Amino acid sequence: MRPIIRQNPVPLPLPDFRNLGTILRVLLGANAAVLVAGWLREPRWERLPAEWVELAAGVEPQLLLALLVLYVAQPWLARATWSAWAVAVAAVVVATGIGAHFLLEAFNPQPSEALLRRLAFALLLAAAMAGYFRLRAKALSPAIAEARLQALQARIRPHFLFNSINAALSLIRSEPQRAETALEDMADLFRVLMRDNRELAPLADEVELCRQYLALEKLRLGDRLEVEWHVNNMPGDALVPPLVLQPLLENAVYHGIEPLSEPGVISINIFYKGGDVHAILRNPYRTDGGSHHAGNKMAVDNVRERLALHFDAEASLASRVRENVYEVHIRMPYRNPQESLLRRGPVPAAEARRG
Amino acid sequence: MAEAPLRVLVVDDEAPARRRLRDVLDDCSEAMPIVVVGEAAGGREAIEMLQAVSADLVLTDIRMPGMDGLELARHLLKLPQPPLVIFTTAYHEHALEAFDVNAIDYLVKPVRVARLLAALQKLPRLKPLSATRLDQMPANARRFLSVTERSRVVLVPIEEVVYLKAELKYITVRTAEREHLLEESLTRLEEEFGPRFVRVHRNCLVAREFIRGFERHVSNEGDAHWEVLLREVPETIAVSRRQQFIVREIGKD
Repeated sequence: MRPIIRQNPVPLPLPDFRNLGTILRVLLGANAAVLVAGWLREPRWERLPAEWVELAAGVEPQLLLALLVLYVAQPWLARATWSAWAVAVAAVVVATGIGAHFLLEAFNPQPSEALLRRLAFALLLAAAMAGYFRLRAKALSPAIAEARLQALQARIRPHFLFNSINAALSLIRSEPQRAETALEDMADLFRVLMRDNRELAPLADEVELCRQYLALEKLRLGDRLEVEWHVNNMPGDALVPPLVLQPLLENAVYHGIEPLSEPGVISINIFYKGGDVHAILRNPYRTDGGSHHAGNKMAVDNVRERLALHFDAEASLASRVRENVYEVHIRMPYRNPQESLLRRGPVPAAEARRG
Repeated sequence: MAEAPLRVLVVDDEAPARRRLRDVLDDCSEAMPIVVVGEAAGGREAIEMLQAVSADLVLTDIRMPGMDGLELARHLLKLPQPPLVIFTTAYHEHALEAFDVNAIDYLVKPVRVARLLAALQKLPRLKPLSATRLDQMPANARRFLSVTERSRVVLVPIEEVVYLKAELKYITVRTAEREHLLEESLTRLEEEFGPRFVRVHRNCLVAREFIRGFERHVSNEGDAHWEVLLREVPETIAVSRRQQFIVREIGKD
């Protein structure tokens, strides 16, 4: 059965007035509207171009002025909600309308009703364009979210791949059976890494994958890596984003264990509490790591963003350093395959206790 | 007449990687005489071993805890007869791009027999690394300073250095126990170690963690200046007029 994922609305992106596509669309839309207006007033084909040019001459100053103001204001507009954005754009349209009116009046006197008519048409046009942009954003956004999710799929560090192959090779002559296990673990790990990971998967699978991953690291690092599992009370059936823990463990090894000459401990603590699944990962933290820590933020941000795309505000990821220990705390809503039919408590995963 | 075997030291923090290199060197020994003189799990251990046994070649991993491969290569130059160095790495390293192929060689792991053999066979043409070349590489700050004393290489952990003082041709490296003489530039050391040290005088960098306090001295002519009081060592260091602001800056915390 396919897991059910609740769709969480991602806020629709606002039009970007510094984007050439947006500017072109506004220009084309406005001029097309002017053409339609001209055609309504002047049914004779041969007179239409002249009519259009005449009308456009009245419209263009305001249009360009408004686009210029919006271009400048873009950084502020980008932070607004849709409704605040609409009010701001309407204000710009009205202000530039008044400005354009008096500018044109300086060259040739305008009838007093012209201002009212100008503002009404400009607002109507702005509303139509805003509606169009909103529809367009709606049509594109699931694709954007999907593409982002795909781009965020965890990637393994090349160092890990080649070091693991090297470790497996080193065992072939002396301990062929351990080499076999290592290659099998690698196959499983890469199968998960390479498949489509956009659907939620059971937590027990993720934990099993983490065990295989850490077994490979242990092969390379030997006694330098100690792992403590506290997962007896975890809900193994909970649905979680695949590879939500493994990249963080990879980080823990890369930043916490590898730079240490002495052995270090990675601890994994997963439990159910108050409707949520909690996962707490800890690893040693060195303050003098230097540039070594730069890559850490990337993996954490990646997992955080994937959690947001799947669970929105219901999930969180917090990291902190306390007494030379780096800690990542993930909270996810408890979802299981039967959740939509019947709400019930979590089932402790017996199968996750192996190893 | 048999040619003298090539003496190799293998350095890698991962035991399986060392074992693999030994296996591959063993395969190469069918084509040319090779002796593995030892295995080290890190740069410091490698330097220790090389004080006792000589090697023609050091095969070293780049990424290692403590002292990494690039730093090891720098300290090796202080040995009376520096061995050649071939780096091994799991993945392409930017740091090595700076070198042309004849000045340095590196092998990607897993290392193939044929590739290693080719590298070993062109060893006589490999020019030894020079300090200047190594300086050009974008590397992390060293963990140790190395000084040659009675033809031995002494490693001084950087966190034990109280101050570095330029005197004529040398730099005096002061630790709690004693002084060493180093042949390097103070400006470069300042760049390399950044915030660990503070420049109190044109010729002196003091480790922040060893600063105990400041004391105002007034000379007979009435000129006043500050002196840095240090932990672990009795002497004090004069703060120059230009660097006086550091008294306030450090005095605050």
